[in-house]
Amino acid sequence: MSSIILNAKGLNKSFGAVTAASDIHVAVEQGACIGLIGTNGAGKTTFVNMITGYLKPDSGVIEFDGRDITDLIPRQITQLGISRSFQIPQLYNTMTALENLEMSYGVISLIAHHGSLFTRTDAIVPGYGKTIRALAEESLEKFGLSAYRDKVTRVLPGGVRKLLDIAMAMAVRPKILLLDEPTSGVSAEEKFDIMDMVMNVVRSGGTTVMFVEHDMEIVARHADRVLAFYDGSIIADGPPQQALKDPRVLKYIVGESQAASVVGEAH
Amino acid sequence: MVVLVDGINYSAWLFLSAVGLTLIYGVMKIVNVAHGSFYAMGAYAAASVVGYWTTNGFNPYLSYLALVVAAVLAGFVVGPPIERFLLRYQYEKDEVVILLITYGLFLILEDVIKLIWGVNPYFVSEPYELLGNFEIAEMSYPNYYLLMVGLALVVGLMLLYVLNKTRFGRLLVSVIHDREISAAMGIDVGKIFVLTFGVGCSLAALAGAFTAPTISVTPGLGVEVIVLSFAVVVTGGLGSLPGVALAALIMGMVRALCVHFAPQLELFVIFSVMALVLAFRPRGLFSLAETRKI
Amino acid sequence: MSIDKPIFRFAVFLGCLLLASPWLPQWAMFMITIAGANGMVVLGLMLFLRAGLVSFGQALYFCVGAYATGLMTQMFKFTDIFVLLISAGVMSGVLAYILGFLLAKYRAIFFGLLSLAFSMILYGLLAKTEALGSTDGFNIPAITILGWLPPQPLVRVTILAVTFAVMLLCLTFVNGLLRSPRGLLLTAIRDNEIRAEYMGASAQRTIHLIYVIAGVLAGLGGALAAVTVGHIDPAMAFWTTSGEFIFITILGGIGSVLAPFLGSMVFGVIHTVAFANSPNTWQMMIGLALIAVILLLPDGLWSLVSRMKKARA
Repeated sequence: MSSIILNAKGLNKSFGAVTAASDIHVAVEQGACIGLIGTNGAGKTTFVNMITGYLKPDSGVIEFDGRDITDLIPRQITQLGISRSFQIPQLYNTMTALENLEMSYGVISLIAHHGSLFTRTDAIVPGYGKTIRALAEESLEKFGLSAYRDKVTRVLPGGVRKLLDIAMAMAVRPKILLLDEPTSGVSAEEKFDIMDMVMNVVRSGGTTVMFVEHDMEIVARHADRVLAFYDGSIIADGPPQQALKDPRVLKYIVGESQAASVVGEAH
Repeated sequence: MVVLVDGINYSAWLFLSAVGLTLIYGVMKIVNVAHGSFYAMGAYAAASVVGYWTTNGFNPYLSYLALVVAAVLAGFVVGPPIERFLLRYQYEKDEVVILLITYGLFLILEDVIKLIWGVNPYFVSEPYELLGNFEIAEMSYPNYYLLMVGLALVVGLMLLYVLNKTRFGRLLVSVIHDREISAAMGIDVGKIFVLTFGVGCSLAALAGAFTAPTISVTPGLGVEVIVLSFAVVVTGGLGSLPGVALAALIMGMVRALCVHFAPQLELFVIFSVMALVLAFRPRGLFSLAETRKI
Repeated sequence: MSIDKPIFRFAVFLGCLLLASPWLPQWAMFMITIAGANGMVVLGLMLFLRAGLVSFGQALYFCVGAYATGLMTQMFKFTDIFVLLISAGVMSGVLAYILGFLLAKYRAIFFGLLSLAFSMILYGLLAKTEALGSTDGFNIPAITILGWLPPQPLVRVTILAVTFAVMLLCLTFVNGLLRSPRGLLLTAIRDNEIRAEYMGASAQRTIHLIYVIAGVLAGLGGALAAVTVGHIDPAMAFWTTSGEFIFITILGGIGSVLAPFLGSMVFGVIHTVAFANSPNTWQMMIGLALIAVILLLPDGLWSLVSRMKKARA
C-alpha cells in the first residue's frame, strides 16, 4: 500500500462569478500516474496552479509529504519537490536549448550552495555528481533534443519547446511532476511517440506524475487513475476503464460517440 | 481651509498634467517620457501667444482661448509626426527600449525648446491677474484657481463622454484592451495611435499652457512634471481615467496638507502616497484586468 | 576567483597608461579618471540592463558617494582616499539595501521611474539645505594616500592610479558574479521571470542584490569623481546626470564588463569636444545619439569589438 504523497482537502477557488474549484478532495499516492481530464474552464489548470502555489485557494488545505503547503509560493514549492510544465512552454527565449537547461541546473547549484555569489559554473553540483553542463547535455539526450542543442529556443518548433519545458521541469528531480497539456500543439502523428518518451524518462525515477490531457487515448494509455473535472468539481475518480465509462464523464467530457474506441485502449 | 482650497487647486493641476500620460499608456502601452517636454512646450507656446496677444491689445478675456489654441498647436504639430515617423516602427520592441527612445526624445525636445525660446524666463501673468481674487473665510484666493478646477472638470467630463458615448471612444476602449484583436477586427489601429498621441501630448501642453501664467516659464520645467505625472498615473492605475482623477485628488490634498508644515518634503510626500497605495494594490487604484499568463 | 584573460589584458593596458603618465597632459589624465569613475556607475547599470531593468536614477548613489566623501572631509577631517572610498561605498550600500526592499518588487517602467523619483528627492533635499551649500555645493580638500600628501604635480596621477586599482577590483568582482549561476540568473529573469521562480530562484532577492552592488559601484564612482573634480554639488543627483549614465550604458553595450569603460571613454572624448563648442545643445546631442545607437547599433560599441575579434579568429 503506497503512502499518500499529496493531499488536497476541500479546495475552493472563485474568480468573481466563476467557480473554478468547488470542494476539491484529492489524495495522491506515491508513484501514481494520474490523468486530469475535463473541458476547458473545468478547473484542471486552476487545480495545478493551486498545487504549485501560483494561486492561493479561497479555502482548503494542500499537504505534501505531510507538510502544509497551501500558502507557499512556487519557488518554495519547487524546492520542496513539486515541479510542473506549462500549457504554453515557458522558456528563456533568447537562450539556446542547452543554455536553458544549464540555467535550470544553475539554479539548483545556486540553491545547493546557499546562494553564494562565487559558485563557479564548472563546479560539480552537490547531490547530482556532475557539472552543470554535463547535466544539461544529459537531459537533452534523454529527451531526444540533442539536435537542438545550440538553437535559440525562440525559433524551435512547438513540440520541441514542449519537450524542453518538460526537461527543465525534470531538472529538479521532483517527487511530483505536473504536466499541463503535454501534447497540446503537437501533431497527431507525434503525440503518441512524444508522450511515450516523456513517460519513459519521467517514470524511470519513480516520480509521481499528474498530467492534464484532452486526448482520451493518451489518457487511457498512460494513466492508472483518472480525475474528471467539470464546472470546478471532480465528477469521476478511478481507473481509466471505470472513469472513462462513467455516464457523466461521457456526457460532459468524452462524448458518447467516442466512448467505445477510447475505452478499448485502456490497459 | 487654506489647505482645502490649495489642495483642490493642486489636485486639478495634477489631473490635467497627468491625464495625457495615462491616455497614451492606456491606448498605446508606452510610457511617454517626452510628456514633460510637451508640458513645457505648452507653457512656452502660451508665453509667446499671450505675449503677442497682450502687446497687440487684443481682448484680454479671449486670451484664454489663445492658451488653448497654443496648447493644441504644440501638441498636434509636434506629437503626431513623432508617432508617425519614429515610434510607429518601434512597437514590436521591448517596453524598456521604447521608454529609452521617448527618453531620448525628451532630451532632444528640452534643448529644442531652449533653442527656440532661449534660456531666459518668461513672465506672462496677465491672464492670471486679470481674473482677480475671491474670498473665503477672510482669505483671498486668485480666481484663476477656479479656472483651473473648471478646466480639469471640463477635460475630465469630455474624456468620459468621448470614451463612453462616441463611436471613436468605443474603438479606443477596444484598442486599450487588446491591440491585436482590434486590428484583426478591422480597426485602423495606426490612425487611432496617431490621434491618441496627438491628444495626449496636447493635454500635456494644455496643462503647461494654463500653468504658464502662474509661474515664471524657464527651461527644465518639464522634469518635475514627468516625475509627478508618473507618480499620479501609477497610483491611479496605468491607463485608467477614473484612477488618475482619484489619485490626483488624494495626492493634491495630502500635498497641500504637507506643504503647510514642511515644504521641502513635497516630492517625498507624493511618492510616499504612491508607495503606500502600491503596497496594498500593486497595480494602482483601478487597473485593467490582466489575462492569465500560464 | 581566477583572473579572466580580457581583464588581465585590460590591467596591462592600464599599467601602460600609468607608465606613460609623465608624458600625458593634465587634462587627459582628468578625462581618463572621470571616464573611470563614470564607468563604475555604468558597470552597475549594465547589471541592471542584463536583468532587463533600467535605473533612471542611478545618480542618486553617485551623489551619495560624493557627498559622503565631502562630509567625511569637512566634518570628520578625514582626507585619506581609502577611508573616503570605503565610507562612500558603505553609505551607498546601506541606502541601496534599504531602498532595495521597495524597488526590487518592481520591474520595467515602475523600476525606472521610481529610481528617478528617489534621485530627484535627494536633489531637492540637497538643493534646499543651506548647511551643505544648497545648489552651490562645496569643495573637497586635497586628499592623502596612506598618510602621504602628494605634491601638486603628482596629485592627478595618484588619483588615476587609485582609480585604476578600484576599477580592476570591481571588474574582477562583477566578472566573477556574471560567470556564476547567480549572474546567469539575470538573463533568466529578463527572459522569463515566472520560469525562473518556478525553478526555485528568487527574482526579488537577485534584483535586491544587484541593486546594492550597483549602488556601491555608483557610490565609489561618485567618490572618485568628487576627489578628481575637487567639488561636489546637488547636480550630481539631477536627472540629467542619470541620463548621461544611461546613455553611456547603451553606447558601450552590455556584452562585456569592459564595455562600460569603452563607452565612458568615448563619451568623455565627445563630451570634452562637444561641450566646449555648444553647451546649450548638449542634451539634444545625447538624445539624438541615444536614439541613433538604439536604432542603428543596438548592442553598443562593444558589439563592434566582438565583431572584430570574430573576424580575426
